[in-house]
Amino acid sequence: MSHDHDDHHHDHDHSELSPIALRVKALESLLVEKGYVDPAAIDAIIETYETKIGPRNGAAVVARAWVDPDFAEWLKRDATEAIASLGFGGRQGEHMVALFNTPKVHNLVVCTLCSCYPWPVLGLPPVWYKSPPYRSRAVMEPRVVLEEFGVSIPDDVAVQVWDSTAEIRYLVIPQRPEGSADLNESELAALVSRDAMIGTGIVELGDHARG
Amino acid sequence: MHAADLGGSQGFGPIDPEVNEPLFHAPWERRVLGFTVAMGPTGAWTGDQSRHARETLPLEFYWSANYYDIWLTALTNLLRDRGMVTGRDLAAKQVVDPPVPPKRVFAAEDVAAALAKGWPYVRKVDRAARFSIGDRVKTGKPNPNGHTRLPYYAADKSGVITAIHGAHVYPDSNGMGQGEDPQWLYSVRFTAEELFGSTAKDSVTLDLFEPYLLEQA
Repeated sequence: MSHDHDDHHHDHDHSELSPIALRVKALESLLVEKGYVDPAAIDAIIETYETKIGPRNGAAVVARAWVDPDFAEWLKRDATEAIASLGFGGRQGEHMVALFNTPKVHNLVVCTLCSCYPWPVLGLPPVWYKSPPYRSRAVMEPRVVLEEFGVSIPDDVAVQVWDSTAEIRYLVIPQRPEGSADLNESELAALVSRDAMIGTGIVELGDHARG
Repeated sequence: MHAADLGGSQGFGPIDPEVNEPLFHAPWERRVLGFTVAMGPTGAWTGDQSRHARETLPLEFYWSANYYDIWLTALTNLLRDRGMVTGRDLAAKQVVDPPVPPKRVFAAEDVAAALAKGWPYVRKVDRAARFSIGDRVKTGKPNPNGHTRLPYYAADKSGVITAIHGAHVYPDSNGMGQGEDPQWLYSVRFTAEELFGSTAKDSVTLDLFEPYLLEQA
């Protein structure tokens, strides 16, 4: 899917706005003038997802699960509560389930019907996650999809795909990489990419995976 | 089958992830996120109605549009359907017709607490779950006209219950403005062979509501 690069100007620069930016501006003005939205609430929502919520939250959950077996058990039993204990929860993560990768199982998360994604732990979804190629193919040919992300799954490992068709939101807990015994919790968290928590990546030492 | 029901469709090409993708690709995208989320608590529609407004957009638009344009267009339709914003308002780019007072307005000081609490979908019901973990079930056929969360690729297929999530708001009712009508929600696992004739030992697990499921003979 192509991205809009024609609108990198500032909001207040009226003469430079693209047609869609003008539509957005007009609708926002109507919503504000009609008293439906508080402009400060819009700013607060944007600020939340730009600065407070993102994949670092999920990486903290994964790292804790790797270093603390009791926490890992709690995640398996009640992921919503376990994740809330680290301060993460709420909109689009009201009902969380953690999926643990093992030497025999690789988990992959998709939403074929829309763009369901665990916002409190991963933030807003990337464009590819919301786009037809991933949504159509992840359920039908997950191994081919994973190859496109540079992930090869051996034949003796089962790929379990999770289609987020209701309000359950899934967080993949990747396998802890070999040779990471000396790393502390924050060093481990720094290894965990967004894609590894969707299942389109794995975690390796010195990993330069995207996302 | 709506444009949004994409699982198992072919011909969309490679996935093409963007390296170091920014959170937003243009300033207007963040405004759409902000006011779409801010409109939720007005109570003018449910989250499921919002999904239904997106999935019923014209197919050629839905398949190619920027996702925030999908949000924007569906939101505009929801507002117009309710008379909250009219064609005359939009044409004039200023208020022409009077507002329809919302049930409430999302106040800035409530944003942090409300987003952190979220809007849980679990409800109490006074009947037991019909199925147990390990039961074999068969899915029915999705309603092609209304809103449903049973994708076409998983219709009329056999699977196994792997989890019971309690009773949740039923999107097929809530998405049509017909009330929450909570239903038991299950995770149901299907083999890749059952769904797509694959020879791999892979599986797809979906979260499906009790009315979608029949006992497997």
